[in-house]
Amino acid sequence: MRRFGKGWGGSVTLTFCLILVWSLAPKAVTAKEPYKVGAVFAVTGGASILGEPEKRTAEMLAEEINKKGGIDGHKLELVLYDDESDETKCRTRVTRLIKTDKVPVIIGPSTSGNTMAVIAVCDESKVPLISCASSIKIVTPVSERKWIFKVAPSDSHSVERIYEFLLKKGIKKVAIMTVSDGYGSSGREELLRVAPNVGIEVVADERYGPKDTDLTAQLTRIRGTGAQAVINWSVGPTQILAVKNWKELGMTAMTFVQSHGFASKKNIELAGGAAEGVFCPLGRVNIPDLLPATDPQKKVIMAYNEAYQGRFKEPLSAFGGHAWDALQLAVEALAAVGPDPAKIRDYLENRKNFVGQGGVFNFSPADHCGLTKDSFEMVVVKNGTWALAQ
Amino acid sequence: MSRGNLITLSAVVLLLILFPVLVANVEAISHYLDVMVFVGIFSLITMGLSLLMGYAGQISLGHAAFFGLGAYTSGILCVKVAVSPWLAMVGGTLVTAVVAYGVGVPSLKLKGHYLAMATLGFGVIVNIVFNEEVELTGGPSGLSNIPGLKLFGLPLRGELLFYILVWSMVLLVLIFCLNVIHSRVGRALRSIHDSEVAADAMGVETARYKVMIFVLSAVLASLAGSLYAHYVGFLSPSSFNLLFSIRLVMMVVVGGMHSLWGALLGTWLLTFLGNEWLHVFKDFDILVYGAILLFVVMALPEGLVSVVPRLSHMWRRGRESEGGTGGT
Amino acid sequence: MKEGKPLWKGVPERLSHELKSVMEKLSLGGQLVQYLFTGVTVGSIYGMVALGFNIIYNVTEMINFAQGEFVMLGGLIMVLCAKVLPLPMAFCVTVAAVTAIGAIMERSTINPLKNTTVLTLIIVTIAVSILLKGIAMFIWGKDPYMMQPFSGTEPLHLFGAAIQTQAFWVLGISGIVVLLLTLFFRKARYGKAMLACADNAEAARLVGIKVNLMVLLSFALSAAIGAAAGAVITPISLMEYDRGALLGLKGFGAAVLGGLGSFSGAVVAGLLLGVVESLCAGFVSSGYKDAVALLLLLLVLFVRPSGLFGNVEASKIKKF
Repeated sequence: MRRFGKGWGGSVTLTFCLILVWSLAPKAVTAKEPYKVGAVFAVTGGASILGEPEKRTAEMLAEEINKKGGIDGHKLELVLYDDESDETKCRTRVTRLIKTDKVPVIIGPSTSGNTMAVIAVCDESKVPLISCASSIKIVTPVSERKWIFKVAPSDSHSVERIYEFLLKKGIKKVAIMTVSDGYGSSGREELLRVAPNVGIEVVADERYGPKDTDLTAQLTRIRGTGAQAVINWSVGPTQILAVKNWKELGMTAMTFVQSHGFASKKNIELAGGAAEGVFCPLGRVNIPDLLPATDPQKKVIMAYNEAYQGRFKEPLSAFGGHAWDALQLAVEALAAVGPDPAKIRDYLENRKNFVGQGGVFNFSPADHCGLTKDSFEMVVVKNGTWALAQ
Repeated sequence: MSRGNLITLSAVVLLLILFPVLVANVEAISHYLDVMVFVGIFSLITMGLSLLMGYAGQISLGHAAFFGLGAYTSGILCVKVAVSPWLAMVGGTLVTAVVAYGVGVPSLKLKGHYLAMATLGFGVIVNIVFNEEVELTGGPSGLSNIPGLKLFGLPLRGELLFYILVWSMVLLVLIFCLNVIHSRVGRALRSIHDSEVAADAMGVETARYKVMIFVLSAVLASLAGSLYAHYVGFLSPSSFNLLFSIRLVMMVVVGGMHSLWGALLGTWLLTFLGNEWLHVFKDFDILVYGAILLFVVMALPEGLVSVVPRLSHMWRRGRESEGGTGGT
Repeated sequence: MKEGKPLWKGVPERLSHELKSVMEKLSLGGQLVQYLFTGVTVGSIYGMVALGFNIIYNVTEMINFAQGEFVMLGGLIMVLCAKVLPLPMAFCVTVAAVTAIGAIMERSTINPLKNTTVLTLIIVTIAVSILLKGIAMFIWGKDPYMMQPFSGTEPLHLFGAAIQTQAFWVLGISGIVVLLLTLFFRKARYGKAMLACADNAEAARLVGIKVNLMVLLSFALSAAIGAAAGAVITPISLMEYDRGALLGLKGFGAAVLGGLGSFSGAVVAGLLLGVVESLCAGFVSSGYKDAVALLLLLLVLFVRPSGLFGNVEASKIKKF
């Protein structure tokens, strides 16, 4: 056994040496100096549902830009890493982008937790970061987030839009059910915080795990509280289960609202008909066909939709749109001020009327997100597809 | 300390000193210092685990919980109570020691798979508490704005200073652990590993020693957690889940659990593999990671240290006086 | 509100919602029944997963940490098969495919190991589970998959509570599996031979039992049961590549709670775990329901390590 071990050991050692040498090898130098943009997304791991379309979109857009001649003749070099939905790895990747790849601006990460874990790194190194995650904590307090921006709408925007819609329908008593991960708990905080301000009463506050196999217990408890509507806040399989169980329990008389995380037609398919009548706030990027021709975003959204669906043959999710916005902003900044992190930061902070996939952004020194609740439209599932809810 | 260990130790120290110089001069790896900080932090945990698994023969699939307890106690004390970070670190180790003792006494009466299940269950429960006590821990959204460490009024910012701090601690703990192994306690532990019944019959207080080493390994994990909290500045429950407990055990086993050097080697290798090198495989990395683990455990049950001939030779010579065991 | 049910068309919105909330309110008794139903549904899933652990344990006294991946593979392969084959056929093909995977796993990773320790076995099976998860991610991607229930989507209403018909399928199939397994291990020659391996592999070899073959058989069998579990639970819980670990954990819990090795114990403990979780979610806190189930498990381990239904005497002579 030992002799066998040694033989293999030699080859293992050799392999590792090779890997080491390979990673040490200097990068090829091109004659024209390309502009680099760093990107880090959760392509694998728990948040891959976000990271996958973000990666695809970023790579697609980068290709398009280079096909059109790059940024003022400079080739756009997208340095993209996968953080595997892991905070420690995310931090290492971002450090790598800054220290080794020396990028002047970074887009991503996909999740709020990973973004929070790298804020310190970007701040210390003074490199601007355009996050694709939604938590409001990413950009507040703005005095401590000098280098941090985000393009995903805040959960508060989505919550405000939902409450406004429910009030219009005369609903004042709501039950909330949230998944106990970063996405759900951020939504829960906002749902509870905003409710008293607008005159909504939260009569039930249920939580569940991201891998739970059944949500009947939570819904049954909600049923006992006399809530008029239930708002579910999760991504992944649990948001399908919530709808399925709601239907199975015969609770369809209670208005069901999903978070903006429901924004994928795949979810309607997965729910297998149970999603009929479910409301949710959607970014316009998900509903290009429903937009009136006068909508300022219609043109960019149509173009992105056609390109993405033509290439990947899958329906669009809002997350890919965040990557589009982040990269487009970074590219515009590079075109305007060149690869200087400080100048890019200043440019981003003062960018107004940027028409992107997630909305029309107006950044300012007091607001590093630049969106409002109007970036969402309330829609309802009707005949297996989205329809505007009136 | 034996001569073999002394030589290996000097070699490791030399490498550790040369490493920052290398990193500073080779641009392609200039972020490796950051990875090495994590290797150091994880090494503190795996050395404790190596004592527990390799020497006392007890498995734990819940060490991420102790890592998390240290991290969260540090973080909460600093953020919510504004205690000084160093004091918070001590607080973390105290809390962890008490919890580890409470869990260790009943758990370590169990054997094999039951012990694995008990520690695993404990780890998952602690993780749920991190998730649910939103007021205290920030829940899944995490605890942010944890202050950095200061030494003599000098803030420890950037990788290099942290690298020096973490690895000094690792070396101190390593020397301490090497001494533990070669002391009366170490001999008692090995006797438990070989045969608990025999050890008991010989008058070794097996239960006491097992709990002692369990608490020690938990305290080391807690220390690592505190360092992690102050280095990253942000904590969320997902960093302390079951998967991480399993990764820690993997590091110890891949390196070779009958040797502290093995724990260090395994931690270094798996952290670099997971955080850096497997990256080139893109989506395939999970497969490659699994395959490497499988390969090492099957082909080299004694861990990687058994294939570095010089190192293992020295190590064996060092252990000869105690009648150390070789490969199968 | 045009999309809603037309029942209260014309009634002012505000009023209709008052009405609805009264209609929706459920009595405490009704709630309790609902929690029990939910608990039984979820618990039958845990019980089914636990059965797989027990077979391998009964033969080799080891725990296969990849058991949850068998369940995941069973679910995903079933979704694939059900698209092209009639249900019973799809079920058989799924079970056969995963059985083969289990057998391959044993031949390629467990069989070549010599002089192993508990720890090595734990690590090897964890490594296999990582591999299987990675492979599944490649084939199916990261999205969850859905499957129609075997007998209609309409739930059954009993005592004012709803229960999914699929839950009966899970319960029924786990009942049949328990029965068959108990008969197999008590009566059949191969079954008795397999049990003999667990008691004393050396002695079993001496009396002419092919221990090697029995271990292979146990892996194949437990993979088959994992696959069956995955196939019947997918209509309830959906399935995706990384669900195996949690299912495995809960199933492992149920197996230990019921006393490792006991088939009927596993199913009863699984149901118990499910009901406790559901009641906790209903009356205490849904966030802590997993913790309560595990706490229960730890208490049982500390007080009565042989499990609720295990044999104390037998557990003392076990190796691990």
